[in-house]
Amino acid sequence: MSNASLDVSVVGRGQPQPGAPDNWKRFFSFSTDHKVIGIQYIVTAFFFFLIGGLLAMVMRGELITPEADLVDRTVYNGLFTMHGTIMLFMWTFPVLNGFANYVVPLQIGARDMAFPRLNAAAFWLVPVFGVILIASFFVPGGPSQSGWWAYPPLSLQNPSGNLINGQSLWLLAVALSGVSSIMGAVNIVTTIFRMRAPGMGWFRMPAYCWTVLAAQLIQLFGLPALTAGAVMLLFDLSVGTSFFNPELGGDPVLYQHFFWFYSHPAVYVIILPVFGFFSEIFPVFARKPLFGYKVVAVSSFVITALSAVVWVHHMFASGTPGWMRMIFMFSTLMISVPTGIKVFAWVATIWGGKLRLDTPMLFALGGLVMWVFAGITGIMLGAAPFDIHVNNTYFVVGHFHYVLYGSVTMGIFAATYFWFPKMTGRMYYEGLGKLHFVLTFVGANLNFFPMHPLGLQGMPRRVASYDPEFAFWNVLASIGGFILGVSVLPFILNLLSSWVQGKPAPDNPWRAIGLEWLVSSPPPHENFGEIPVVVSGPYGYGMDEPLVENLAAVASGE
Amino acid sequence: MSTANLEPTVNAHAAHAAEHEEEDHRMFGFIVFLLSESVIFFSFFVGYIVYKLNADSWLPAGFEGLEVREPLINTIVLVSSSFVIYFAERYLHKENLWGFRAFWLLTMAMGSFFLYGQAVEWMGLPFGFTDGLFGGTFYLLTGFHGLHVLTGVLLQGVMLGRSFIPNNYQGGEYGVAATSIFWHFVDVIWIILFLLIYIWR
Repeated sequence: MSNASLDVSVVGRGQPQPGAPDNWKRFFSFSTDHKVIGIQYIVTAFFFFLIGGLLAMVMRGELITPEADLVDRTVYNGLFTMHGTIMLFMWTFPVLNGFANYVVPLQIGARDMAFPRLNAAAFWLVPVFGVILIASFFVPGGPSQSGWWAYPPLSLQNPSGNLINGQSLWLLAVALSGVSSIMGAVNIVTTIFRMRAPGMGWFRMPAYCWTVLAAQLIQLFGLPALTAGAVMLLFDLSVGTSFFNPELGGDPVLYQHFFWFYSHPAVYVIILPVFGFFSEIFPVFARKPLFGYKVVAVSSFVITALSAVVWVHHMFASGTPGWMRMIFMFSTLMISVPTGIKVFAWVATIWGGKLRLDTPMLFALGGLVMWVFAGITGIMLGAAPFDIHVNNTYFVVGHFHYVLYGSVTMGIFAATYFWFPKMTGRMYYEGLGKLHFVLTFVGANLNFFPMHPLGLQGMPRRVASYDPEFAFWNVLASIGGFILGVSVLPFILNLLSSWVQGKPAPDNPWRAIGLEWLVSSPPPHENFGEIPVVVSGPYGYGMDEPLVENLAAVASGE
Repeated sequence: MSTANLEPTVNAHAAHAAEHEEEDHRMFGFIVFLLSESVIFFSFFVGYIVYKLNADSWLPAGFEGLEVREPLINTIVLVSSSFVIYFAERYLHKENLWGFRAFWLLTMAMGSFFLYGQAVEWMGLPFGFTDGLFGGTFYLLTGFHGLHVLTGVLLQGVMLGRSFIPNNYQGGEYGVAATSIFWHFVDVIWIILFLLIYIWR
């Protein structure tokens, strides 16, 4: 494989190998190669992750003392609004779209996505709405201060009186993010339905592809509801219509329905691919087939179906009638069944396996532990009587940070280390990776665990100052937050330096089973020498059976 | 190694160029998009129904209710155009280009007539976009739908123009089929909208 790049120049097949460090300019072009676009997504999203993290550092700095002394209260409002918005719309969605872009065509044996140009267009919207969102810091009146939910009537306040204000820019950015996500979802769904390699039946598809499909279906049916609500809110804000404005007879609770009909399932859009990462990584590093593969695969679709009928659990305290609380409490608790099946399957996969504790496995294990904790507090919050008690307290903040940092971001790190050798053709430094893991795991728990006792004691969320009795846990949380801030430094150092001068990676550094591991690292343009003909399931660890019929031709590359 | 690889690589290239030819996923993707797009309309419909059911006074003061006669004519024209566009497609499949163009142009005329009728109705109404929930939802729904009709007519114009490129439309064409499906979609949405806004009192 060492002269793979030589062959490219001989045959004159256009693009050089994407991912190779010597042609970094490709990442700043309108490339239609799914592997280039995938890396573009991941790196762009990570850049915004750093910005969102900086905002969090300022907030934790503010909260280390009970008084509001570091920043102005209105600035603090803008900080938590933008932190949440950036982390959801500009970190988790794009970075997971990046992994889906890179990995799914390789895993299903396709040469590219179904619509390469649409793919590129969807990606290039990300920096556009990112700039719009960041620009809202610099307009008169500052960025939106209404939280990432943008509930009216709060979000209808426009003190600056300008047509272009923080809130309208926020709505514009969210709407564009929706356009980009729909373009991506149409593309990914079409790719998985129509472009699987011969022999790649549904139950030979890796669990990761199942979760991506389940997540993207949610985008398709859920996101338009948020778009509808955002359009109506934008009209209320800028033209003066009365849809959600209670002073003019509008119904602010209807906005909450529109918002959560998408934004709760959006949490599953985020967590489902991370479940997919876990399902890929545990079998590789435990050297055992994924336990209950078919059930794990189908349970993703159970989550997709249930996700459409749980949104009101965010609105237990919004004047929701009792019968509605009962129904949505029941459906919410049902979610724990398919997720519990997955956790059970992962534990059974690891159980008795020959564990290799490389960095991806460490992050996956850490993510699994924190997911279980988040799941337990999730069940508590799903119960309406408990939820009303802790509504809008730090308990909720602690719960979803365990989800979004503890499992999602840790899972994303796991996937990054797992596929980094494949994407770049270089090995990362294991020592720095383990340091990154220790800092992340300690920092995340120290940061987010104290939020639970704080919430139970009654500390409300979204405040810049608090009663001194809450100081102890807040100091701990802030220290944890700063550790998390430091933890990204070894990560950046590790990936940048190993991308430039790391040890060359073999085609299959983890001795993993899967189509993406049959080709060179990084994979050649258009992925496969010949489209693979798949003859067995995705997790044949310890079974000694071939995955494809035409191995030599598949791996020949170009 | 490199010379040995050359031959199969070139063959593989030719083989997968053929794959690209026979695999066309655009219609599948477009239908997935339309299903998603329909949820926006569905959300607006739900908003309309919730507002109407909960309203103390629904219509703006001094307004008796919407005129139904002209919108009904408009509706008949728009729904009929769905059949006309179907015949246009049939002609294209029979490779009768002038038949296609005639019926295609008729569809465009009917769509334009609908937009004109919509504009005339808007001009004559005594309430505006900001006049309460009725005004807001009325203009939101008809406006958003009208935007789709306009998009459809513009797409039809593009497809009509492309029919004059020699040998472009032999044996059917994706753009024509997609525009046609989009047009049926716009029609079905209008029927629901008409029932909700004009018929439901």
